[in-house]
Amino acid sequence: MNLVRSHILVCTGTGCTSSNSLKIIDAFERELTEQGMEREAQVVKTGCFGLCAMGPIVMIYPEGACYTKVTPDDVPEIVSEHIVKGRIVQRLLHMESDEGGTATSLSDTTFYKHQLRIALRNCGVINPENIDEYIGLDGYAALGKILTEQIPPQKVIDDLKASGLRGRGGAGFSTGMKWQFTHDAVSPDGVKYVCCNADEGDPGAFMDRSVLEGDPHSLIEAMTIAGYAIGAHQGYIYVRAEYPIAVDRLKIAIAQAREYGLLGRDIFGSGFDFDLELRLGAGAFVCGEETALMTSIEGKRGEPRPRPPFPANKGLFQRPTLLNNVETYANIPWIFTHGSEAYAAIGTPKSTGTKVFALGGKITNTGLVEVPMGTTLRTIVEDIGGGCPGGKKFKAAQTGGPSGGCIPASLIDTPIDYESLAAIGSMMGSGGLIVMDEDNCMVDIAKFFMEFIVDESCGKCTPCRIGTRRLLDLLTKITEGDGTLEDLDTIEELCYHLKSSALCGLGQTAPNPVLSTLKHFRDEYVAHVVEKRCPAGVCKNLLRYTVDAEKCKGCTLCAKNCPAGAITGAVRAPHVIDQGKCIKCGVCMDNCRFGAISKG
Amino acid sequence: MPNCKTVVPYNGTPEQELRLREIIAEHKGQPGATMPVLQAAQEIFGYLPEEVQIIVAEGLEIPLSEVYGVASFYAQFSMNPKGQHRISVCLGTACYVKGAADILSAVEQKLGIKTGSITKDGKFSLDACRCVGACGLAPVMMVGSDVYGRLTPDQVGPILDKYE
Repeated sequence: MNLVRSHILVCTGTGCTSSNSLKIIDAFERELTEQGMEREAQVVKTGCFGLCAMGPIVMIYPEGACYTKVTPDDVPEIVSEHIVKGRIVQRLLHMESDEGGTATSLSDTTFYKHQLRIALRNCGVINPENIDEYIGLDGYAALGKILTEQIPPQKVIDDLKASGLRGRGGAGFSTGMKWQFTHDAVSPDGVKYVCCNADEGDPGAFMDRSVLEGDPHSLIEAMTIAGYAIGAHQGYIYVRAEYPIAVDRLKIAIAQAREYGLLGRDIFGSGFDFDLELRLGAGAFVCGEETALMTSIEGKRGEPRPRPPFPANKGLFQRPTLLNNVETYANIPWIFTHGSEAYAAIGTPKSTGTKVFALGGKITNTGLVEVPMGTTLRTIVEDIGGGCPGGKKFKAAQTGGPSGGCIPASLIDTPIDYESLAAIGSMMGSGGLIVMDEDNCMVDIAKFFMEFIVDESCGKCTPCRIGTRRLLDLLTKITEGDGTLEDLDTIEELCYHLKSSALCGLGQTAPNPVLSTLKHFRDEYVAHVVEKRCPAGVCKNLLRYTVDAEKCKGCTLCAKNCPAGAITGAVRAPHVIDQGKCIKCGVCMDNCRFGAISKG
Repeated sequence: MPNCKTVVPYNGTPEQELRLREIIAEHKGQPGATMPVLQAAQEIFGYLPEEVQIIVAEGLEIPLSEVYGVASFYAQFSMNPKGQHRISVCLGTACYVKGAADILSAVEQKLGIKTGSITKDGKFSLDACRCVGACGLAPVMMVGSDVYGRLTPDQVGPILDKYE
């Protein structure tokens, strides 16, 4: 291994790759050679640092300088100043959004200060395409200890139970209990399977993707431990085909683990065999449901089936199967290297450990954050996230995606754990956390999720196939201004029927976005129905653009830009919008220099 | 989803068919082979016309109805050809709350086509997708493998002009 003076870490997660971080890597390699520094510094591709809003991100060690929004044009300066002369390039350092100061090290920033990275411990730290870097940070130590010391599988499961780890896919079932059930299940021919749900379907969530892209070996290690604990020799990772970078890195990681004897026959000379196979999902949200996922791995239409029998008894190919999600697995090596007590000490008594959230929507620091369970929504949104941009008012946060609900601003001090979220009608979900401000219409959001569910309903059971369609019709009716107060009651009734009668989790949780917005934002629904008004100004049919005659200077800009020819008026005289012709595109408002056009 | 039988005549080449048959041979007998084979087939042909589905069904010795069932179930599989430049506008939640719907209608307006269809010259096809995972850049649009983030509707025209 060659030793170098500086390490230049460049994020190659999806966010930063999308903003051209690969070109930055090329530029660094070219520039280092040109300035004769190629033996002094090494460029390392890493996974996600979490601060996606500021990407592409470059970290340079040993100084720990964090440069944000770097472009290939900045690279010559970074090399000549930082690498050659040892002077930090101040203008590119990460700016604190709240204090306006610069922080040399990321851990000093408010974005990281409140975080505790366990599942993401290696993301942005190691090169995910190099197994040695993972091993260098205690990777495969947990597996090695368990296999070489021949720790009995029951002891492994007991330790996991003691950690209190619960499923991070959303439902929050005890992971240790799941392992126990699969361990205890009897297979007719002794075959059992370990599966990983990496089909992150919640739109707006990318926690699992970042683990897959930034630390694929922790998943492989955890699944191998699981295989040993439950008595399985084959595992499947079901990953979205829409995640090409994740798929590539998993392939590389699996090949490297096989080469090192950490997958395959006789791992660590213990006589234990375990191997992994990748299966690509093909874009079906329902395949995140456990039975549907297994049907899909079997190569069929990804339709769920009734439970029981539960997958622990009859899962993939009718054999006992253990299924956990990516983030759940990512915690497991840490639990075995640090001990279950250390893990249980983090978070709240019932929800131990940490949770990763993909922070998105109307928030300053969009990105990936990992916080101890029990952290309040306020800390996440205001401190870590930096609040809503543009001085807008925080209105609600949506967790759990199409299966979850909204948390209104009045409940911003709710601690984020499984029980507290369920109590207010939302759910932990897989970790998508979308922030909404005063410009978002909650009825429109409920309709958005229902459209998603209608698209994604597999059609196997009637309540979901027809019920969601009817719900969407009713919501559409309301957003178009044709709703009645009785419709609100019908919606609620339909929601409860759907919850109690749908076949799988997708249908049973589908009403949650509607019910929670109805509960916390009923006045907004009523405004749509009674006053025929959309308070946030989103629902087009209820919008009216009007010209304030006092402010209008008659510059004619609005009339020139109106695509529908709906605006008339003489030069230097107030203009008028013909409501019959107006298509509510908002171009007039964008173009008016005098703020004379308003919508409402 | 407009995923019905295509009106475009099949024009697969013998080389493409040969490659598909090789892939089928590789996967034959393996449990759950249908999806990996269809994914490979879509990679080879760009879409999954009836003719290709027949080759898969015969090759794997499974009913055509089963192949069609799988092909029509998943959003990734398309029975219609895609444009030379595939546009997908992300309608994930993070993008949606930041105005992705306006981006999508700007693209529809610019190309004069609806979501899920293709321009007459076969140059562009337009789809809405659910989350490309670049939520930090919302709203996001992809043209081929190029990602455009932090979009406003007026940027759509100039971006698409680059691909003309």
